[in-house]
Amino acid sequence: MTVLAIAFIFSFLFYLVLTAGSGKVLVWSIEEICFGIIFSILTAILVKKLWLSVGAKPDLRILNPKRWAFFLIYAIGPLFFEITKANFDVACRVITGKIRPGIVKISPGMKTDFGTMMVANSITLTPRTLAVDVDDKGNIYVHWIFVKIKEPRVEDICSSFPKWIKRIVE
Amino acid sequence: MIMLIIYILLAIGIIFQILGVLSLYRFPDVYTRLHGTAKCTTFGSIFIYLAVIVYGAWFAFSGNPEYAVLSIHTIIIMVLLLVTNPTGAHAIARAAYRSGIMPKGAVVDMLKTKDKVARK
Amino acid sequence: MVLFELEFMIIAIVLVVLMLVCFARILLGPTIPDRVVALDTINTLVIAFLVILGAAFNAIIYIDVAIVYALLSFVSTLFISNYLEAKA
Repeated sequence: MTVLAIAFIFSFLFYLVLTAGSGKVLVWSIEEICFGIIFSILTAILVKKLWLSVGAKPDLRILNPKRWAFFLIYAIGPLFFEITKANFDVACRVITGKIRPGIVKISPGMKTDFGTMMVANSITLTPRTLAVDVDDKGNIYVHWIFVKIKEPRVEDICSSFPKWIKRIVE
Repeated sequence: MIMLIIYILLAIGIIFQILGVLSLYRFPDVYTRLHGTAKCTTFGSIFIYLAVIVYGAWFAFSGNPEYAVLSIHTIIIMVLLLVTNPTGAHAIARAAYRSGIMPKGAVVDMLKTKDKVARK
Repeated sequence: MVLFELEFMIIAIVLVVLMLVCFARILLGPTIPDRVVALDTINTLVIAFLVILGAAFNAIIYIDVAIVYALLSFVSTLFISNYLEAKA
């Protein structure tokens, strides 16, 4: 039931954002709101079926607004800074063609799959690194475009991201 | 003033798109090419979208409220791109490794030893 | 009230040229993952192209199409890579 309610609320909010500016009830028209409710109920039922078929348990800690605030700070502050640095780095490498590639292993020690996914996505967007594979224990195999050390620590690859992501999802 | 900001954002965006596409020709193998495309095209697209967002917000505040819709939809597509593009790059990299393409000129390859342990 | 139409059209033309350059990599690419990388890049460029056209013509429908295109191209990339993995 909680899964149904959460899926309904989020898909309805998404529909409202997409159709803003269509009419006179606040900024939505009555037809859009009615169709939004119908489609959100259908989406919620489909999501419920999917959850049941996978057998996953809902993790309600992500609904805490404090975590969303941390996520916003993380996305605007350290993540955007690292993305900018990464792009200038890749730009230099495209022009000069200086590479020394290799695949290394790091273990960020995240407890949930969602946390590992966020670390892997952050790694892909940060300087010199690209996540290639993940094993069962949460170790990430990283393609490094300019290998300095053959057995790096976590801080060498992704400066302080695991700490931030632990605060956000765990 | 705002026109200048839009020009600068568009220029940064298109320069990084060009660099991302050039990296397809400058680098020797799949993984290094993915470095270029995954980072540079995401970054360039973000700046092009920021230009469109500023453009829509500027017109919305100067008396055409229907332009606000342009900004809202562009923000949605920016968030979608930030989530989907690195995930797609990761999927392609894993598929490339599992279909047997080794990184060219690799100094160290820890994934190879993992596969051997798994087979034993 | 349409300003910037010329600038947006110039950016759109540059994006189309970049798409053709990527298409050459699809034709050349020695391995299949190379081609998939080029295809993924073309998808990103098409989304940026649609957003720029939406701003140039002040038509929101272009951006709605871009949202659907982004989601579908992401799913298609995942499916192609899944297929490559299963074949290996």
